[in-house]
Parts: sequence; structure tokens; C-alpha cells
Amino acid sequence: MLHLLSWETTLPILLIGMLGIFLVIGVIVLAVTLLGKFTK
Amino acid sequence: MEFLTTFASLFSNFGNLTWQMVVMWAVGGLLIYLAIAKQMEPSLLLPMGFGAILVNLPLSGAITQGETVGPITELFRAGMSNELFPLLLFIGIGAMIDFGPLLEKPWLMFFGAAAQFGIFFTLFAAGFVFELNDAASIAVIGAADGPTAIFVANVLGSKYLGAIMVAAYSYMALVPIVQPPVIRLVTTRKERLIRMPYEKGHVSRLTRILFPIVVTVIAGLVAPASVALVGFLMFGNLLRECGVLNALSETAQNVLTNLITIVLGLTVAGQMTADQFVRPDTLLILALGLVAFVFDTIGGVLFAKLLNLFLPEGKKLNPMIGAAGISAFPMSGRVVNKMGLEEDNQNFLLMYSISVNVSGQIASVIAGGLLLTLLGA
Repeated sequence: MLHLLSWETTLPILLIGMLGIFLVIGVIVLAVTLLGKFTK
Repeated sequence: MEFLTTFASLFSNFGNLTWQMVVMWAVGGLLIYLAIAKQMEPSLLLPMGFGAILVNLPLSGAITQGETVGPITELFRAGMSNELFPLLLFIGIGAMIDFGPLLEKPWLMFFGAAAQFGIFFTLFAAGFVFELNDAASIAVIGAADGPTAIFVANVLGSKYLGAIMVAAYSYMALVPIVQPPVIRLVTTRKERLIRMPYEKGHVSRLTRILFPIVVTVIAGLVAPASVALVGFLMFGNLLRECGVLNALSETAQNVLTNLITIVLGLTVAGQMTADQFVRPDTLLILALGLVAFVFDTIGGVLFAKLLNLFLPEGKKLNPMIGAAGISAFPMSGRVVNKMGLEEDNQNFLLMYSISVNVSGQIASVIAGGLLLTLLGA
């Protein structure tokens, strides 16, 4: 059975998921950069 | 006459044999062949292949039949339905990974994020055919990371665990075949020739020790569903980096990982019974797994090309390194380096591609956790 309206759920997950992963990785990158600076 | 009847009863089980079981023997045989002859992920494909034959014998005592509990079914209940095996495996994987080169250039982690695009795109595509929980479980094949795929599929209660595992581990082994044509398709020769000189940086011991703790806290705050995955991975890494637990670190890298791998393969095979595996859905799952790997690769490469639009000449990135952002470690990093050398035998991309590949390990786990969080699991 095809779920033709599934995009209404999955498209927001796609967009929020990709944004979310960049945000989380961004915070980790920032934290690692600061760690590197403070522990030199 | 009685003797003949008794003798014939020895073979009565033949009557329970179905053609679907024979198909599964062939699948099991193929997995064993790939593991031994082609050395494709042998530590997992071999136990899975043998297990596929074991559980597809008529009335197999290896799995529960009626009231009689089978050992593989029991292993599944004890170690998979509660996600224990994949998590324990993550301790070993964390202990194996040297995040040093990545910590020298933390911005490379963004490629790991971009290369998770295949997961979310596949969810979008699979959602048209499968229920949402199954679509998300299938999408996580794109994490290119077996334990994450098992974890997410289990938490979401997917009935396709066997097919998902076969697809995940098969495509991880097939990275050297799957990725190069996709990379060539989305890059020009001029881009593939871009050189990226590597300057070694310095990472303090304190940074190495604090890194796993910081990653666990950040990932746990944003995607609490990922905290078990990230936490076990990072705990393994802390064992490695703390410098005072070498014996534990080595045990995690070798003994623990090997033990779990043996039972994991067999336990996954418990889900490869003919009635669950021999159906059109399986072919569709294998196809969607390929879609996930292809779009992971495209996502990573296109992100590098996007960054190049803003970078001056001489600082541009070789977009192929973006493809290494999938978690298939170290195959993907090596594939990118090899492709760079094929275009120009002095173009060494290994340090960048391996660093990006390591970042894919973290990003894929976080992507799996985010997916669970967004699905409210």
C-alpha cells in the first residue's frame, strides 16, 4: 500500500534532521576548538 | 516393516522443508562465500551466513518452536531486544578510534554531518512504501554503521531487522564499488585534482580526554535518544585516551569486540527466517539501502562544493573528501585517497579523508539519535 501523504511527515523530519545534525556538530566543533585553545 | 517405518520417520522432517528455506540456504551460502572468498566484512557476514542456514532448517532447534525455547531466540531476547549487544560493541569501536587527526581540524566534522543526508532522504523515499517506523529503520542503513542500524531498528520495533542488517553490512563492504562512480558523477576532473597539503597540528592530552565527555553531554542534551549510542562509543574512547586503563582499552578493542561480534552475527541471523526474509519487501529494502549510500555520498561531496564557492583559489577543498563522511570506516577514507592518487599520483588526501571518515562515526550515531528523537521514540 502506498502512503502518498507520508511526505507531510517525512519532509519536515528531513529538514529538521539535517538542520539538527549541523547544529549539534556545530556546537561540538565550537567546543573542541575552544578546548584546543584553552589547553594549548 | 516396523524397521522400515522407524527408518522412514528419520526423514519425516524433509516434509517440512519449503522452497523459501532453500532460498535462505542459498543466501546464507552467498554470505559465507562473500566473507571467505571476497573477505567482505567476514567477521559479521560469516556468522550471519551460517546462522541463516541454521535457523532455516525445518523445525530448527536453534530458534524457539512452540513451547521449546531456542538459543538464538533467547540470545535475541537477552542482547538485542534491549540493544545490549550493539551498545557493548560500541565500547570496542570507541576504543579503536583515534580522534586525534579530527581534533586537529575539528571543522572537518561538518562533512560527517553533510554525509548523513542519505539517511533523511531515504526516510523521505521509503515513507511512501513503508510504515514510518520501518521507513526510518531502513533509512538508517545509510548510517553505514551496523550497531546504529540495529539499535534504531530495534527501538522502533521494525520487523525488517534481518534484511536491514544484511543491507547495512553488505553495502559497507561494497563501499569501494558503490562510491567511486557516484563521486565521479558529481565532480569534475578539475575538482578531483585539487590538492590539499596537510599541516600537522597539535592536540593536547587534556583535549583528547575531555572530547568524549563533551560530545556525550552535547549530544545527550540535544538528542537524548542518542545518549546510549554516543555515550557507549565515547566511553570506549575515554578508556583509550585516559592513558591509565590500557588493559581495559585493549580488552574492549579485542576480546569484547570479538565476543560480541560472534554472537551478534548469529543473533541477527535469527531474524533471517524464510517467512520474514523471502518476500518482495526485502528487495525493496536492499534497493533503498543503496539509495541511502548514494545520497550520503552526494550530500558530502555537494557540501564541499558549496564551501568551495566561498573559498579563495589555493584554499579550495577537494570535494571528494566529503564522500568520506559516511561512517564506513576506514573503507570510505581509503577509497577517496585512492581516487585522488588515480587522478594525480602526488595528491595525498588520506589524512583529510580519514579524519572526515572518523567524523562520520560520530555524525551517524547522532543522526540515528536525532531520528529517534524526531519520531518520539
